[in-house]
Amino acid sequence: MPGDRLSAAAEPTTAFDKIWNAHLVKTLDDGRDLVFVDRHILQETTSAPAFDGLERSRRRVRHPELTVATQDHIVSTEPGRDERSNPVGRELLDLMRSNSDAHRIRIFGVDDPRQGIVHVIGPELGLALPGCLLACGDSHTSTVGGLGALGIGVGTSEVEHVLATQTLALTRPRNMRVRFEGTVGPGVTAKDLILRAIGQLGIAAGQGCAVEYAGDAIRALPVEARLTLCNMSIELGARLGLVAPDETTIEYVRGREFAPAGRDFEQAAAEWRSLTSDAAARFERDFVVDCAAISPQVTWGTSPQDVAGVDECVPDPAGFGDAKRRDLAAAAIRYMGLEPGMKIEGIPIDVAFIGSCTNSRLADLEAAATIVRGRRVAGHVRALVVPGSTSVRHAAEALGLDRIFRDAGFEWRDAGCSMCVSVNEDVVPSGARCIATTNRNFENRQGPGSRTHLASPAMVAAAAIAGRITDLRKGSGT
Amino acid sequence: MRPGFAGVTGVMAVMPLANVNTDAIIPSAWLRTARADFGKGLFGSQRYGADGRERPEFVLNRAPFRHAKILLADENFGCGSSREAAVWALAQFGIRCVLAPSFADIFYENAFRNGLLVAKIDAASYLALAAAVDRHGQDPIFIVDLPAGTVTGPDGARFPFAVPAARAAALIRGDDEIDMTLHHAGDIEAYHAAAAATHPWLYAGTDTAEIAP
Ligand code: SF4
Repeated sequence: MPGDRLSAAAEPTTAFDKIWNAHLVKTLDDGRDLVFVDRHILQETTSAPAFDGLERSRRRVRHPELTVATQDHIVSTEPGRDERSNPVGRELLDLMRSNSDAHRIRIFGVDDPRQGIVHVIGPELGLALPGCLLACGDSHTSTVGGLGALGIGVGTSEVEHVLATQTLALTRPRNMRVRFEGTVGPGVTAKDLILRAIGQLGIAAGQGCAVEYAGDAIRALPVEARLTLCNMSIELGARLGLVAPDETTIEYVRGREFAPAGRDFEQAAAEWRSLTSDAAARFERDFVVDCAAISPQVTWGTSPQDVAGVDECVPDPAGFGDAKRRDLAAAAIRYMGLEPGMKIEGIPIDVAFIGSCTNSRLADLEAAATIVRGRRVAGHVRALVVPGSTSVRHAAEALGLDRIFRDAGFEWRDAGCSMCVSVNEDVVPSGARCIATTNRNFENRQGPGSRTHLASPAMVAAAAIAGRITDLRKGSGT
Repeated sequence: MRPGFAGVTGVMAVMPLANVNTDAIIPSAWLRTARADFGKGLFGSQRYGADGRERPEFVLNRAPFRHAKILLADENFGCGSSREAAVWALAQFGIRCVLAPSFADIFYENAFRNGLLVAKIDAASYLALAAAVDRHGQDPIFIVDLPAGTVTGPDGARFPFAVPAARAAALIRGDDEIDMTLHHAGDIEAYHAAAAATHPWLYAGTDTAEIAP
């Protein structure tokens, strides 16, 4: 990212523009920008056909040293699992390994302590850095925006494109900002902030945009929470999201395995501090979300915008002005087995899932453990904790969190995507109702006929104990 | 290079829904192997019952829509995830063109990369086209003409659609995106060399010399 391009810009610019401009190789004839990819993370379910394509056209991986692979989507999360534990996943897991070996790409496979969900290990290992541009074949790559990085989620053809060229040809996203103003109430987490923003602005609000999250409430968030926030930029319809780096970010990055060290780190940090939006920078779309009005959020439908406070009710579709939204809401309520006007608090649940790149970092598990400590999961509920990475699992075990969860009746599993995408053996049965810390509540997402309510880790923990959705602010959680 | 694509003539099927997401287009059950029959999995959750049998009420299970080549949908088609199999599923089923008032960003990019035409129509055209399919339910043959930017119905009514000119040209020529980019390999290397000189820390620690081939 040559620095001269930064100083050349006299116009007030956004943090996003500064980082994007620093990665611009050139603007193509069709108006798209060719941008350089500093880091490329591969996972097993979207890379095999990309390597096939590469081989067919006899191309090589241009920068294997900037590429890292892991195994997360289809791995078994059975405690003590290995690459063979999920027979259905064997083919893709083997291909991830053989392709990485053949192209000299570093792989953190299921047997490596650095294994984990792509978007969890990127920041954790210092692969994702503030101001860098990172690509990965999974839509929630926006997660790394929590560090002030540009995380671009791509499909398999683009994975092949990055492997072959170390660039992406993209339409430059437009600038959007969401400012969170006011004081955040008790029990309200980054997950609730972003769910509320999606509910308020809708799932298409960010189309074609890079969203910067700003405001005092955001500045106060630790990096792990910022990662949660940026993760769900995709559910806001955006291409990516970011929080401009600050001292909190810099301290988070310091000392991570692949982060710069010593003098390099100080030089890097000086540059990271400059990656903020100028006061006069223009945002094509600018929204305000009032934090004081946010209570813990729970989705009631089959789109992330179908969301309400736990102290609210399932809406009456008739109340939606827009006819299409009305039909969708009615269909969603039917699919979810709910009734308009029903209180969200008290909806009985069958499964509670804590995991996914949205909410599976150490702070998420700690928040859930605080609720769970010394209590029991309701008899009819299957409750699971799936740490986002093997190192999160180890850190949690060092703190004794695994004991707290297991004593309460939670399953304590090995790291992976698990019930977020349910391509491995972790599936919600048809008709069953799951409250989950994931990012998508689509029909059939967690298994055919599954019903999903999205919420924060503490809310999921409280529901697991109570056996029904409950307002954790009421103290007991039961 | 892939074969050039200037348009398609064929049956149009309608998914009269907004926000059709990629999980609906290709459910995760079809994503567990490297070379699944994605065309069979297209809209799998809606197309098949729990017993795996076709549900006769689903549009793509009915004649003439079993052989649809054009799909009409409402806004924000392809939202959800980056799963490119959503595009492969449509293409392998035989869909060559999706018409909708708007598309989700990643789906839109993925479609062009795989030679699937995704064309934006206005809301009025969406309604008129859906009505035309209804009226000509036995023989809903439409003509999509990419160079002209129009779709013509069985009764001759013609509607414009929007495709960025450069995208249309690339589809018509059958450009391979990676080849196109590699024409700029010199610029890419110059960029990388400059970045490595000014930002050595960005590439420090990424050396893979220790990785065995
Ligand atoms: S946890 Fe879910 S959203 Fe995140 S990377 Fe895995 S499958 Fe994608």
